[in-house]
Amino acid sequence: MKHFASTLAVATLTATLSTAAMAEVTIKVAYDADPVSLDPHEQLSGGTLQLSHMVFDPLVRWTKDLQFAPRLAESWEQIDETTMRFKLRDGVTFHSGNPLTSADVDWTFDRLKSSPDFKGIFASFTDVEVIDELTFDLKTSEPYPLVLHTATYIFPMDSQFYSGTTEDGKEKAELVKHGDSFASRNLSGTGPFTVTEREQGVKVVFDRFDGYWDTASEGNVDKIILTPIKEDPTRVAALLSGDVDFIAPVPPTDLKRVEEHEGTTLITEPGTRIITFQLNQNRVEAFKDARVRKAIDYAVNNAGIVDRIMRGFGTVGAQASPAGYLGYDESLTPRFDVEKAKALMADAGYADGFSVTMMAPNNRYVNDDKIAQAVASMLAKINIKVDLQTMPKAQYWPTFDERAADMMMIGWHSDTEDSANFHQFLTHCPDEATGNGQYNSGNYCNPEADALMAEANATTDQAKRGELLRKLEGILYEDAAFIPLHWQNLAWGARDGVHAEKIVNALNFPYFGDLKVD
Amino acid sequence: MLAYLVKRVFQAIAVMFAISLIGFAIQDNLGDPLRELVGQSVSEEVRQQLRDELGLNDSFVTQYIRFLGNALQGDLGTSYFFKEPALDVILKKLPATLELVMGATLIIVGLSVPLGVYTAIKPNAFFSRLIMGVSIVGISIPVFLTAILMIFVFSVELGWFPSYGRGDVVHVFGYWETNFATADGWVHILLPSVALASIMLPLFVRLIRAEMMEVLQSEYVKYARAKGIRPGRIYFVHALKNTLLPVITVGGVQIGTMVAYTILTETVFQWPGMGFMFLEAVNRVDTPLIVAYLIIVGFIFVVTNTIVDLIYGLVNPTVNIARMGA
Repeated sequence: MKHFASTLAVATLTATLSTAAMAEVTIKVAYDADPVSLDPHEQLSGGTLQLSHMVFDPLVRWTKDLQFAPRLAESWEQIDETTMRFKLRDGVTFHSGNPLTSADVDWTFDRLKSSPDFKGIFASFTDVEVIDELTFDLKTSEPYPLVLHTATYIFPMDSQFYSGTTEDGKEKAELVKHGDSFASRNLSGTGPFTVTEREQGVKVVFDRFDGYWDTASEGNVDKIILTPIKEDPTRVAALLSGDVDFIAPVPPTDLKRVEEHEGTTLITEPGTRIITFQLNQNRVEAFKDARVRKAIDYAVNNAGIVDRIMRGFGTVGAQASPAGYLGYDESLTPRFDVEKAKALMADAGYADGFSVTMMAPNNRYVNDDKIAQAVASMLAKINIKVDLQTMPKAQYWPTFDERAADMMMIGWHSDTEDSANFHQFLTHCPDEATGNGQYNSGNYCNPEADALMAEANATTDQAKRGELLRKLEGILYEDAAFIPLHWQNLAWGARDGVHAEKIVNALNFPYFGDLKVD
Repeated sequence: MLAYLVKRVFQAIAVMFAISLIGFAIQDNLGDPLRELVGQSVSEEVRQQLRDELGLNDSFVTQYIRFLGNALQGDLGTSYFFKEPALDVILKKLPATLELVMGATLIIVGLSVPLGVYTAIKPNAFFSRLIMGVSIVGISIPVFLTAILMIFVFSVELGWFPSYGRGDVVHVFGYWETNFATADGWVHILLPSVALASIMLPLFVRLIRAEMMEVLQSEYVKYARAKGIRPGRIYFVHALKNTLLPVITVGGVQIGTMVAYTILTETVFQWPGMGFMFLEAVNRVDTPLIVAYLIIVGFIFVVTNTIVDLIYGLVNPTVNIARMGA
């Protein structure tokens, strides 16, 4: 009786198809959002990167344990301090049929440099020098340790396909941030799928690209129908009722349901987005005192928040870098000791406490408003009276930019998958000229820490660099520069038989090209 | 009559103007659209540049005059997210919403009349008490809760109905694609329609019941009874006709309200209509789309209210005369 009508329709369809060709493997996927555009350079967001991994293909990509795996670049070598030479895979073609060459990489690089969203990531890079059809050099102005990290963002576009003008005289290569362009509606990449149908906000249909180079991949999905389902309960219901085969994310409230439900599997990974509170030293005199900041860190029960509010679905943190990052220092453990917190407050001369304002979003991070409430009540125990205000993210960000409260919540995921990125945006001395400390609403400023970051970013020796970054994390921890809470975990739900556990990763762009479905 | 019509049209234009001004005035408080358009690490300098390009740094008056000038030429701005004219986006989503409202209306009309009449005729019967009890509950449960409960019962547990979307739709003309042409379409529209109807149905049952009971007390019904006319004929021809007049008036006004309720229903069922689109637009701070939606929905309200008033005037001439004098 289950969806009688649709079953009937499918049965007829399969009957007609089976005579024509072998059965197609189709999976239905529901995300909480869909890609904003088909142009991979329009917006630097999770949605865009997910799309890029499906229809384009990067030079190199991350493995599950945060190592680099060759994709379109077959091999690479450092030929001098500022040059990395890449060798492209032979015989790769774009969806249009054009072969992939170094010229496409060069063209794509120039376009990335002109993208408002991506040019920041490519700031240290000066040029792509084409050596021959399949060889090119990626050059930086200074010795730069994140060349491969950045190469994961280079998804070569088909330069011939995107060159020339459209019928109405517009450049096909045009990168339009907030309007209609050729690239936002048409695409030609080297990826495992092509987009055959798209209705923004309703669905995107991906079809397997026949000429995909990676024939060794065990991926066998011919068609993916992606539907954005924003509401958590609806998305979960769609999976449980069998209307879709794969969903992301699974909200913490439904983890058990998906896990225990017959016919579905829950897949989880620790994530890399840290959730923190910043203490504004410009607004509150007491926050200038490291003892007060520490007292707050001691008063906040991170483990309790993960346990109770996140239902265990987070990784308790005491620093910005998650495990696996160069700067991660396992000796830094979460502080929680209310008595010690009280003693520190008394020591700093604030035994009677004070009042502060706090702001947090209520629809940006998992359980953000509940976390803020919990922190506020924890601070009450050391006589800090918190006036909390939560608001939707649309209103929150402009307020955050104004530094409108004494304590503000911010979560951060490092665009480069590197520890220095956290410091650059969250705790670096605010500097309008360089953009450093752009999200440092605490106005924490420590030249020593900044010098360490600068040094680390000019060190290509990874072992030495790791040492510098760990030292940096140590200083921030000792200073209680901010209040770290936890890294949000990631969760996906899949129907049994969809072997998604092999294709998901901490970065949250599943490699659908390699997905095997029974 | 003509003078009345002209007056109503002028009133409607004034209301639309007010709506556009209010819609435009609140957009500054909805948040910063740039946040949704660019990545987290984009510098403030680049953001300012984009704001200039979008004309967001101009004064309110400049922006509003520019908007009004374009609006009079049928251009309500371009959606940041869809990258299409906001009016086109809404017109594409409109059929899905109207079909949903239609489905709910069918359910309401089909059920409220018999249930209302029955509970009026037999106010003390067990079934009547049950209906009245359920209707109280129906009024007090929010639409989104009803919708989520229905998904869990009928989609997840029983597996009878799909949990989201429109299913197979058949193209009719222009932007119109219909659910009513395929079995799959019917299966998909049923739950959302019931959810949307759930808030209005109890209201109408109660309204019809109250009106009907009043009519049943009237002299002419007593007279008809005394004359020995069959009860069925008294109830469904004599009484019901007089009961339905106020019900139709209320119903017309409620169509506008129903369009507003589609926001919740569509969001829960992932119904690709304009209510769902609106909520998404608010989340994305897609201000041109938000303003355009407010204007279109305002337009629907104004038009339905005007038509209802006119019809009422036609049906009940005493009102007509009174209004024309005013």
